Amino acid sequence: MGEGIKDKVAIIGMGCTKFGEHWDKGSEDLIVEAFTEAIEDAGIEKKDIQAAWYGSCYEELNVGKSALPLSRTLKLPFIPVTRVENLCASGSEALRGAVYGVASGAYDIAMAMGAEKLKDTGYGGLSEISTILGTKNRVIFPAISAPGAFAMMANRYFSKYGMSTEEGKRSLAKISVNSHKNGSINPKAHLHRIITEEDVLNAPIIASPLGLLDCCGVSDGAAAAIVCRADMANDFIADPVFVKSLQIGISSGEELGYTQWDGTYVESTVRTAARAYKEAGIINPREEINMMEVHDCFSITELVTYEDLQISPRGKARNDIEDGFFTIEGKIPSQPDGGLKCFGHPIGASGLRMLYEMYKQLQGKAGERQIKDPKIGLTHNLGGFPQMNVISIVIVGL
Amino acid sequence: MIGIVSYGGYLPLNRINRDIIFKSMGWLHQATYMKGEKCVANFDEDSVTMAVASAMNCLEGYDRDSVGGLYFATTTSPFRERGCADIIGTALDLKSQIRTADFTNSTSAGTSALIAAIDCIGAGTANNLLLCASDVRVGKPGSSQEISFSDGAASLLLGNERVIASWEGSFSVSYDFPDHWRTENDRTDRAWEDRFGREEGYRKFIPEAISGLLAKYRLSPKHISKVAFPGIYPRDHIAIYKRLGFEPDQVQDHLMTVMGNIGTSYPLMILISALEDSSPGDKIIVAGFGNGSDALLFQVTEEIEKIKDQKRGVKGCLESKRDLNSYEKYLAFRNFISPEGGIRAEAIPYTALSLTWRDRREILGLCGTRCKKCGTPQYPAQKVCVNPDCGAIDEMEHYRFSDKKGTIFSFTGDLLTFTPNPPGIYAVIDFDGGGRFWFDVTDCDLESMEIGMPVEMSFRIRYVDERGGIVGYFWKAVPV
Repeated sequence: MGEGIKDKVAIIGMGCTKFGEHWDKGSEDLIVEAFTEAIEDAGIEKKDIQAAWYGSCYEELNVGKSALPLSRTLKLPFIPVTRVENLCASGSEALRGAVYGVASGAYDIAMAMGAEKLKDTGYGGLSEISTILGTKNRVIFPAISAPGAFAMMANRYFSKYGMSTEEGKRSLAKISVNSHKNGSINPKAHLHRIITEEDVLNAPIIASPLGLLDCCGVSDGAAAAIVCRADMANDFIADPVFVKSLQIGISSGEELGYTQWDGTYVESTVRTAARAYKEAGIINPREEINMMEVHDCFSITELVTYEDLQISPRGKARNDIEDGFFTIEGKIPSQPDGGLKCFGHPIGASGLRMLYEMYKQLQGKAGERQIKDPKIGLTHNLGGFPQMNVISIVIVGL
Repeated sequence: MIGIVSYGGYLPLNRINRDIIFKSMGWLHQATYMKGEKCVANFDEDSVTMAVASAMNCLEGYDRDSVGGLYFATTTSPFRERGCADIIGTALDLKSQIRTADFTNSTSAGTSALIAAIDCIGAGTANNLLLCASDVRVGKPGSSQEISFSDGAASLLLGNERVIASWEGSFSVSYDFPDHWRTENDRTDRAWEDRFGREEGYRKFIPEAISGLLAKYRLSPKHISKVAFPGIYPRDHIAIYKRLGFEPDQVQDHLMTVMGNIGTSYPLMILISALEDSSPGDKIIVAGFGNGSDALLFQVTEEIEKIKDQKRGVKGCLESKRDLNSYEKYLAFRNFISPEGGIRAEAIPYTALSLTWRDRREILGLCGTRCKKCGTPQYPAQKVCVNPDCGAIDEMEHYRFSDKKGTIFSFTGDLLTFTPNPPGIYAVIDFDGGGRFWFDVTDCDLESMEIGMPVEMSFRIRYVDERGGIVGYFWKAVPV
């Protein structure tokens, strides 16, 4: 590994739309809204942006191919713009492009934008994913859905740690309850209902053992970040946030092709986290990280991620959950904004939406949800399935 | 010596009690009533997939590379034009340099193909040949065919070594008999009056063929251990063998009550049934029915003892069953009704046939690779070894997974995904001997699933894309 990007790049402005079922808004509307908030926050003008990266996943769902949709929507003045797609890490990939662009010295100021219009499919749940590896897997994959792939991890996890389905589901229920509590007071979240463990346990099954309230919502949204050279940051704002680490990790395919992996953790998260901590200079994540937005596409994903990020010991995340370790008042508040659970998961926007919350929390601008005096925040995305995936981890701090 | 070398039967797991059909549709024609149950192909089965299932059982213990040909008999081909024998051969991972043919258009196609296969071996064109007969027979809702028609498949490996029943001869009669027919545009059979088919056809052609066979080889009923022929009209079945001079204990159970009329595979299935009960030296006559009749004579050899209990045969098929309690589900499985699948069901990416062609051994044959350096089997076929401690490039050899058993690594029952029969059950499977991949699981109930459960692979319809008339065949896991 090279010397890394720690403290070389600062985030000086961010924008995030309300996430939800925006039947009356297209990706253009959402992009403009996130962009306007971000440049106003940074106190810059459009002409100050020297390069941009655009993260979106489902190009067929009205976010378009190439970087043209972003450049045309914002009328960016013939600057370099790149579209990136890396499943659920697409938003964080856009950030990576912008951050690396600045860290390399190629640009002083760059923008990352993520947008997605999931609600243009005509059916519930995430859009068709059967050609994730090309059209061949349409033929040779089972009739898989995202909740089903993660449900298989839940069954495996319950089995390994000797939990009955009922016990397992009860542990998972607490995760959704926490996110809904946080999301209920976040005006930008899609879902605002406070739920109980019984609500989660009694929700209709989506993919056994996961029920409806073990699954994140499906929504539209956009989020943006303006980044600049760290040494310039205070020229724009008084409270910039610095990028400590930015790592991506992709499955080699061995989880689903070789018989070593035991199905109760996500190998790519484990490996990516190790690199991210090294880059950020974090030795003991449980002590040094103050808050997190992890990829809670499903309750089981959040549980396993706590262990994969070395926050909770293997098999013990449920004890931390039980102890309130991850609540707003806890040691490491997680999903303080309500998470994917309450925001839904417009793929390209999610990574930047998570970063938006960390950014606001670090600046002390999270309002009712404000965590006391955080110094280091972490975001985590998991694209694909536990059996093969794309991971991003971003660590930011003061 | 030429004859039968091995056999394998297949009946779909689902059985529908005929009372359920009668309760739903009997108001239309009281006279359609018949007792017992019939077999119902699952939503993901057709005559091609069932043929593969019977052939898998038949070929167990035989070198597939030595199979010199494949004949397929059906009256319910999924295609007007596309060689089904070629699909089956690829699915079975047989060599490409073999002779194949589809025999069709009459329920006698099963026995016709059998005689043709024997002739082919007799002529020295092939040393052995696989015969698969399979049908998914549908009758119009409310018709007597709906009650009596059934689904099933039978395979026979024919050859000149390790023969379990030697071929002794045949006698055929052929008539353009209009008891039932189907035009190019018909989904279901049209039929002349039932009494006509029974009195003028069934009761005449089978006796004519069997007595012709006996006369040709100067035999009388007392020389015959078992006579086996379809029991399409059970009462007349008795009349036929009585008139021919057979005693009840010489007659093979026609299985109409527990199995039903499975078309081209029907005579072969009761032949297998007779073989299961046979002893060396037994002479067996089997006769089919359809535009006349073929009567065939076999003599059982000592070899029978070696395979009798090794094959699923008819007994195993009859034991393995579960009740389909819904007539509506039966109608949906056979596309007589089209239930709402939602827009997700229609969001099917187009199938690139050039891709399915070049990867046919992987897709139709469930063949992957095994690393020559570290021995790791892997599916789908890889260029770079998946073993993280190996990673060898282009060191792969062909490896067949379809005949390997495996265990459930993890599973789910998915109600979000589209499947014609929710929940969509799928699982990550670890294969015995190495290799891991995920598959749909079929012929099972979610409640019975557990981690570590043993499974075997079954050739099925993975999806149908009606826009292009594309049937996406692939493999699913089935609990053992």
